[in-house]
Amino acid sequence: MSALPASPERSHRSLLVKLLLVVALFFAFGFALVPLYDAFCLATGLNGKTARAPSIGVGGLARQAPSSTIDRSRVVTVEFTGTVMPGLPWEMTPLTDRLDLHPGELHQARFRVHNRSNQAIVGQAIPSVSPGLAAQHFEKLDCFCFAQQTLAAGETRDLPLTFIVKPQIDPDIRTITLAYAFFIVPPPRSSTESPADPTAKTLARR
Amino acid sequence: MNSDAIALDDHSHAPSGVMRWLTSTNHKDIGTLYLCFSLLMFFFAGALAMLIRAELFQPGLQLFQPAVFNQLTTMHGLIMIFGAIMPSLVGFANWQVPLMIGASDMAFPRLNNWSFWLLPAAGILLISTFFVPGGALAGGWTMYPPLFIQGGIAYDIAILAVHILGVSSIMGAINIIVTILNMRAPGMTLMKMPMFVWTWLITAFLLVAVMPVLACAITMLLADRNFGTHFFDAAGGGDPVMFQHLFWFFGHPEVYIMILPAFGIVSTIIPTFARKPLFGYVSMVYAVASIAFLSFIVWAHHMFTTGMPLGGQLFFMYTTMLIAIPTGIKVFNWVATLWRGSISFETPMLFALAFVFLFTIGGFSGLVLSLVPVDIQLQDTYYVVAHFHYVLFSGSAMAIMGGVYYWLPKWTGHLYDERLGKIHFWLTAVAFNITFFPMHFLGLAGMPRRIPDYALQFADFNRIASLGAFLLGASQLLWLYIVIKCVRGGAPAGNQPWDGADTLEWTQTSPPPYHSFVIPPLVK
Repeated sequence: MSALPASPERSHRSLLVKLLLVVALFFAFGFALVPLYDAFCLATGLNGKTARAPSIGVGGLARQAPSSTIDRSRVVTVEFTGTVMPGLPWEMTPLTDRLDLHPGELHQARFRVHNRSNQAIVGQAIPSVSPGLAAQHFEKLDCFCFAQQTLAAGETRDLPLTFIVKPQIDPDIRTITLAYAFFIVPPPRSSTESPADPTAKTLARR
Repeated sequence: MNSDAIALDDHSHAPSGVMRWLTSTNHKDIGTLYLCFSLLMFFFAGALAMLIRAELFQPGLQLFQPAVFNQLTTMHGLIMIFGAIMPSLVGFANWQVPLMIGASDMAFPRLNNWSFWLLPAAGILLISTFFVPGGALAGGWTMYPPLFIQGGIAYDIAILAVHILGVSSIMGAINIIVTILNMRAPGMTLMKMPMFVWTWLITAFLLVAVMPVLACAITMLLADRNFGTHFFDAAGGGDPVMFQHLFWFFGHPEVYIMILPAFGIVSTIIPTFARKPLFGYVSMVYAVASIAFLSFIVWAHHMFTTGMPLGGQLFFMYTTMLIAIPTGIKVFNWVATLWRGSISFETPMLFALAFVFLFTIGGFSGLVLSLVPVDIQLQDTYYVVAHFHYVLFSGSAMAIMGGVYYWLPKWTGHLYDERLGKIHFWLTAVAFNITFFPMHFLGLAGMPRRIPDYALQFADFNRIASLGAFLLGASQLLWLYIVIKCVRGGAPAGNQPWDGADTLEWTQTSPPPYHSFVIPPLVK
């Protein structure tokens, strides 16, 4: 050690501190990627998540699509599919398999959901639009996925969805698939708590 | 002062027996530990590969249920990458970097001890998952959610193990950077450093940058699994695809972490046995640096089928294809080094030449996969398996074997058995191609990876691949025998067994003194 140029220990230490800073920086960067990713996807709709309809919370169907913007020159096919995730004893079938529509038209589709178990269960549907780029232009005016759904034991219910495919949608997109995955909402941990669930506050992002 | 220090250091004052290895701060001891650990892991993960190929020997389920098969593929990948390839390259760095730059030891010897001894802990944790309820992790080495969120206790253990491995890698990388930047012998400027040292310097920077991102991603997995967060859980508004972005932001530089030091080894071996200086040294340095830079902006080519807009696909396709340029520079430089050289074909040279040839095949199949329309067809098929084994086995692993043969005389003081070494080389090179070349055809025909059963039309190629794999596995036992035989004895190597070698380690005795370069050499 003593044969090395002036005070190697000190220059070792300063380089060590710098490198540790780089490590800390990249660790922070990894976490920073999460909000960055969300912001990026919100702006572009890349991950197939639909932007939240602006009318929600004010008055449901208050805002009608202006009929003047209906683009009758082209037809877009919308396909519907539904899955029930493991742990939720439900069945889900789209009553409308597919719709051929003009962009700008207001349409409604229905899904039949059946609770196979003998107890009431709360479920939450998570939508996904593919191709992802279509998500931005897939406007849901009303959707059963905006709220948690409670099905009594053995209950069967038809859940509606009202939507518009906006005319601004890319002309290359001729088919859009809307897929729902129903997840179980775990019952609140203590019965005295209000049934506020962590999933509830994230609903705004759908 | 100087002479006192030398007098003290000349006596090996390290504890003997087990304590020598447990408490060692000597870069040579720690390098040996790294290499032994990775050899052990290589054989363990290799045994898992034998089981995989045994199951795939014929269609139908013979030996394992699908859940067990998934555990085998996942653990084979994880252990080979984090347990075998990466530690062995760090072992090379520990042995060779101080010797090649004329330093007396690593910059932080105690940190060095710690970074090694974290590895066995992580390795034991990983392997112990085979014995926990629910079995070992089976979600693929890429740890994708939602599978990785749903698994049992093995998944938590694996996250802890990967965290430990990451800490070890970061500490090792910091140690290597400080050693290289601060402890070079007087006169050794950066552009006079041996190529192996350059490649490790750049690799170490990659490690420092991307291991923390992996730590982030698996911390989020852990939180999703145990603390009720929803980073990747779609039910709570998370997005599993985000994990893939985080993972491959680490994962793509990671593949260069595994290949750049191998480039360094080959760049050392070829000039020695061609008896010519490395052609285009400066362009080699810049090529490695540009590969490292590009590795940060290509990650999403692993995710072309996750639904990406055209612009994104084009960007990642073009940047991926761009990597072929610096890689091509390296390949052509190696070939130019051979041109009109006085070439001899000792075992290390055979491995290095096979590396250049086979790695280039792997690089070309990578270029094929970089094309979006082709990749959408080939995603998750055996074509991908063939590609990454051509770059990881005939790339990294065969360069490591060549490096072991090259430096074994220096490390042990004995010459290895050249005849057996050549037999080992030919067995390995031939068996490797029998194993993995048919996988290209299987993938092109549509056989999916990570599935224990397959359609009947794939039976012939799979049988060939399995037979090749058994031969490949058995050949490595010969390697183990050669290494052990060389460690135990053999013809004395002398200071410089290879007449074409010109780096500093060959100025030392074989094996080098426990404390070498106590007085730094003067590099002109």
